[in-house]
Amino acid sequence: MKTVFDKPHALTDIPFHYCPGCTHGIVHRLVAEAIDDLGIEGNTVGIAPVGCAVFAYNYFACDVIEAAHGRAPAVATGVKRAHPDKFVFTYQGDGDLAAIGTAETVHSGARGENITIIFINNAIYGMTGGQMAPTTLIGQVTTTTPYGRDRNIQGNPIRISEMMATVEGVGFVQRVAVNNVKNVLEAKKAIKKAFEMQRDKRGLSLVEVISTCPTNWGLSPKDALKFVDEKMIPHYPLGVFKDVTKEETK
Amino acid sequence: MGQKVLMKGNEAIAEAAMRAGCKLFFGYPITPQTELSEYMAKNMPKRGGLSLQAESEVAAINMVYGASASGARVITSSSSPGISLKSEGVSYLVGADLPAVIVNVQRGGPGLGGIQAAQSDYYQATKALGHGDMHLIVLAPASVQEMASLTGEAFDLADIYRTPVMLLADGALGQMMEPIDLDERKAREIPEKTWACSGHDNKREHNIINSLYIVPEVLEKTILDRFERYRQIEETEVKYEEFMLDDADFVIVAYGITSRIAKTAVRAARQAGIKAGLLRPITLYPFPTKKLAQLADTAKRFLSVEMNMGQMVNDVKLAVDCKKPVTHFGHTGGVIPTPDEIVSEIKKLAGN
Repeated sequence: MKTVFDKPHALTDIPFHYCPGCTHGIVHRLVAEAIDDLGIEGNTVGIAPVGCAVFAYNYFACDVIEAAHGRAPAVATGVKRAHPDKFVFTYQGDGDLAAIGTAETVHSGARGENITIIFINNAIYGMTGGQMAPTTLIGQVTTTTPYGRDRNIQGNPIRISEMMATVEGVGFVQRVAVNNVKNVLEAKKAIKKAFEMQRDKRGLSLVEVISTCPTNWGLSPKDALKFVDEKMIPHYPLGVFKDVTKEETK
Repeated sequence: MGQKVLMKGNEAIAEAAMRAGCKLFFGYPITPQTELSEYMAKNMPKRGGLSLQAESEVAAINMVYGASASGARVITSSSSPGISLKSEGVSYLVGADLPAVIVNVQRGGPGLGGIQAAQSDYYQATKALGHGDMHLIVLAPASVQEMASLTGEAFDLADIYRTPVMLLADGALGQMMEPIDLDERKAREIPEKTWACSGHDNKREHNIINSLYIVPEVLEKTILDRFERYRQIEETEVKYEEFMLDDADFVIVAYGITSRIAKTAVRAARQAGIKAGLLRPITLYPFPTKKLAQLADTAKRFLSVEMNMGQMVNDVKLAVDCKKPVTHFGHTGGVIPTPDEIVSEIKKLAGN
């Protein structure tokens, strides 16, 4: 019998703990597929975040280091500077990367660290139960913005991809989504490309993945996917924001 | 015995770190540790290493965490306010059982405090450099020679016990110059780092470096195991210097730069007919509790001399266990006590 679909080798056999309809599982798989495609599992060190993906160290079959909240790019820097020829990636959520870890994110980019950041943007703090994230949309209800995010009180959502694209030292930035098959395929290409950029030492590569959190958005998995299309993507447009390899061919 | 070289204390730490095989320094500028990071910046690249200035103390300690987790020898340095920022990362290093050397060239606090030498981070270093049940080994050099030799020792202790080790110096030791022998110390045997995360090369299961344990019983077990290592450290790694203690009635306890002033005071007190002596803890954790307990049987009085409002004095009290009076004398905020002041204090107390 011919195998047509299998678990990537770069994922362990431990079942994911994610909620029904959460897209973390899809993104884990895409990262693992990229690692498999490039044949780099034995040379890769992952950095797990604090957030819903905190247990990523159980799921990825490569060596994994658990970082403090927001510090993954600094931890990745330490690994990469000690082992410049290994692949190092971080997997971080919006609270981790865009709030408490903003400095680490920006400066790892400015240093041109040859690391890959997988940035999960679901506009909410999932693990702690649905508080406002730096990427929470204006008007969006969370447990700490129960009357909806008000820009006059809680400020404005941050667009990380656009910001990181302005940072010299960053080689590749793309925002993708995983709410339909077309977008998932595009996300897979982007993640693989990010690892290739790292391989070619083109500076920091970041893929922002617009993701869902049906549990804390208070939506069914199906409606959560719709929310991505109707609310998230209009504020966080998909596309390539920086690609230094393209700039050269212009 | 190697050739003696004249160096600043801060530079001696940097040079000794490189000689101990450390190829990575992550730091952030702060006075009065500056010469250390500048020496690293100048010399690391020449020796195939890397000195990287991070965007913050927080980032620097997390770079240390990453480098250590991947199996590298790594060091960071700062001064008091910067050490407070590093405390998050130090707790994670402890929780993940990662070796690292952290230098605190102390200055006055709290807050921005001042930039002159102080010893007011004793509590922070020995009791609470991070959240959770934890210790780190704390070494207190008292000379430029020890700034170098204890740096090598710090790396070895860190690797042997899989723990961060702090070198607790101060602005005076960091800035002063003395002739030192950089080859004085012999390296210890270090276990292989089979736990390191540097890629499994498809030859083993994946390694995980982590400090998260959701099940309380599992977390407790990791802490109990770590405290068993602390017990071994307390049994085997205590270091101190004895100075004129054999017949001492009056025991001064002082570490670091203060111990040098205390030595002068001990000599002066002896000339004045008071049988004074000095116990100088070299390891602040593990603290020389047993030695002090022994001295409590023979000595009449203890005086803890520190450049703070009285911190180590409480460890001395615990060790002496109410058998003899224990008091504190010191200055704080960057003010250095003089030998005369200490002698006056000794005379005052000995006369009682």
